[in-house]
Amino acid sequence: MSEASAVSTTYNDKVVRQFAIMTVVWGVVGMAVGVYIAAQLLWPALNFDIPFLTFSRLRPLHTNAVIFAFGGSALFAASYYIVQRTCHVRLFSDKLASFTFWGWQAVIVAAAITLPLGITQSKEYAELEWPIDLLIAVVWVAYGIVFFGTIVKRKVKHIYVANWFFAAYIITIAVLHIVNNIAIPVSAFKSYVVYSGVVDAMVQWWYGHNAVGFFLTAAFLGMMYYVVPKQVGRPIYSYRLSIVHFWALISIYMWAGPHHLHYTTLPDWVQSLGMVFSLILLAPSWGGMINGLMTMSGAWHKLRTDPIMKFMVVALSFYGMSTFEGPMMSIKTVNALSHYTDWTIGHVHSGALGWVSFITVACIYQMVPKLFGKTQMHSVKLMEVHFWVATIGIVLYVTSMWIAGVMQGLMWRALNDDGTLTYTFVESLKATYPYYAVRLLGGVLYLSGMLIMAYNVWRTVREAKPAEVAVLQPA
Amino acid sequence: MLTGSASLFVIVFTLVNILACVWLMWWTSKKRDAEETTDSSGGVAKTGHVWDGDLEEYNNPLPRWWLGLFLITIVFSLAYLVIYPGLGNFDGIKGWSMYSAYEREMQAQQARLEERLSQVKDKTLRELATDESAMSMARNLFANNCSTCHGSDARGAKGFPNLTDDDWLWGGSEEAVLETIANGRRGVMPGWAAALGDQGVNEVASYVVSLSGRDAPKDWVSAGEKHFAAMCAACHGVDGKGNQLLGAPNLTDNVWLYGGDFESIRTTVANGRDNEMPAHAPLLGDMKVRLLAAYVLSLNPSRDSGKDSGFDVKENAELSKAETQTADPAGATSTTENEASG
Repeated sequence: MSEASAVSTTYNDKVVRQFAIMTVVWGVVGMAVGVYIAAQLLWPALNFDIPFLTFSRLRPLHTNAVIFAFGGSALFAASYYIVQRTCHVRLFSDKLASFTFWGWQAVIVAAAITLPLGITQSKEYAELEWPIDLLIAVVWVAYGIVFFGTIVKRKVKHIYVANWFFAAYIITIAVLHIVNNIAIPVSAFKSYVVYSGVVDAMVQWWYGHNAVGFFLTAAFLGMMYYVVPKQVGRPIYSYRLSIVHFWALISIYMWAGPHHLHYTTLPDWVQSLGMVFSLILLAPSWGGMINGLMTMSGAWHKLRTDPIMKFMVVALSFYGMSTFEGPMMSIKTVNALSHYTDWTIGHVHSGALGWVSFITVACIYQMVPKLFGKTQMHSVKLMEVHFWVATIGIVLYVTSMWIAGVMQGLMWRALNDDGTLTYTFVESLKATYPYYAVRLLGGVLYLSGMLIMAYNVWRTVREAKPAEVAVLQPA
Repeated sequence: MLTGSASLFVIVFTLVNILACVWLMWWTSKKRDAEETTDSSGGVAKTGHVWDGDLEEYNNPLPRWWLGLFLITIVFSLAYLVIYPGLGNFDGIKGWSMYSAYEREMQAQQARLEERLSQVKDKTLRELATDESAMSMARNLFANNCSTCHGSDARGAKGFPNLTDDDWLWGGSEEAVLETIANGRRGVMPGWAAALGDQGVNEVASYVVSLSGRDAPKDWVSAGEKHFAAMCAACHGVDGKGNQLLGAPNLTDNVWLYGGDFESIRTTVANGRDNEMPAHAPLLGDMKVRLLAAYVLSLNPSRDSGKDSGFDVKENAELSKAETQTADPAGATSTTENEASG
């Protein structure tokens, strides 16, 4: 057999292995930064008066690291792994795939250097300056070519549902990233975004909310649609539910951004549209949860022995919970209480820690042994420990932020009969202090879980050889 | 306001997207005989697609409760867009807007406040200070408007005067305190580095240190005294006891706005200071300013001591005469003070 045909008859799992390992690395790094800045909220002296270590610079580093480094690497790994196996072909281009790996890592390293230096566009989740933005755009286009090229040369007629979600996410993120970051550079590290005032705010949150919708929701649903049926060995519950929730989800999500700008100078009609479309989003979001949970139905007995199943059930439960909470918080009267409080932080983390990260962990535990020619991770026991430590961590994190957020909202709006404010801002801060301690504890537990996973992955791959998996012929 | 065509675009696009969801639900709920065949064991049919060896799909009907939920959110949303602004330039049948809602709430609150203020508007500062409900209002006003700089206990911070001691930059009489809060103050001291040189600054600083009875290098003190008489006495007075008309601090009492160690004083002399208390009458109105003045004066320990700060002495006498039959005024105010500082 010639070398060329040997290559075309196996999957390109090298790039998947690279991204999978970096997922674990960036997960630990990003969450460690999160724990550090959570500790700063308790003990501000922990920034040691060093500008690079201040909360204001490390907070964007934390969000960029967990969303784009950890989440992004996980999505690259999962989408490359899944698209090859569900299209029954090798990736469209090994070179371009390799470029996306090194390009994406370069973006992450550039972010890790520039953000602590205070080089920023000051747009949330789009802080990176224009040279890095350009690199992201190039890498993303390459990603699109690899992914869609693979879809085009697939050996099966139907495109698997996971790939619909990956396709929607790749296209939309390209559009969002490019439109939101149109800027005029004035130097190598400084640019001005072309939008101003309320238009800038609207473009920013159109981007910001769809980053949540397409990066952290649609794409991870794609991951879920592969790892869940694979793990339980049962068919997807309902094809038609996939269709209706996919199309409804991607068309409705586009409108939801204005709910980040309630009671601002954004015109009333835009705020209302943001609110009603966020409400309509509830059912389409839950479609994915139903499809995932009902696929597991009939295999519940595996929950006792399979920690990966446990991760999946909790991931889908938190997905359902945060996609219920989100529409509720977008209702203007609820938002009047919740906006600017730690409730928002709690909401984001129930989605990020509970849904995004747990389904990623399930994916890593399922994928890594296969990528290295094994049937199981080094230690099932440690996966079990990881599950419980992390779950307790999420519960502490989310509940403390819920209580803190509602309390802050109530304190800020409390008025005396005479029209004076009952509490000063600093009083609400003081009341929040103990909850910051509970949040820190939750974060430490969650990070411990990640470290357990890192150890387990290292033990699994340490002496294993990368597996060459032959392309499966379609049934 | 959108142009007519932009508004129409918003309306059409919004309704098309919502109605497309309804159509999608209807279309996917339809029974399709060809696909509805059950498998050989009588279970729910699969779609027949297979990926990666074992990935298959059932084609279960949409859960009815889920369809119901979807429909409810759509009906609610359409109703909301009829009642409230949302469809382009259509204001909604209720005529609600964020700004009108804000105005309504503010007016209601303002009316309540006016009523409360009208109950105390004829009282003197002295009376206000002993009125428990007026002082509770004043405490909240202070907490939300003053404590950012002066501290929640009013003891100040570097650059922001302590309001609980007997040391006044601009005077502690009722009139002076009212004026300070209502119209603000600007305290400017020029820098003397250029005129005095390094050594001259050291000497003046040493002399200023000595004014509050502390040790400083003798020869510098005596040299500094000469500079002081020439350059500083115009504002701070020959004896260094300051001038409240100019806001020039008393330098002999060892109370320091910008720090009293040699190095801090040196910096002040060399570079000068420029500080501002903003005017609050335009922000709060006269009645709230009066409440705050009464509150600040109630914090002052000398108000009953007959000194020329705190509540006016004349008024003091009248009041104590009036209150000899009833209650001890000092007792009442000290309760207020304790709560405030606690």
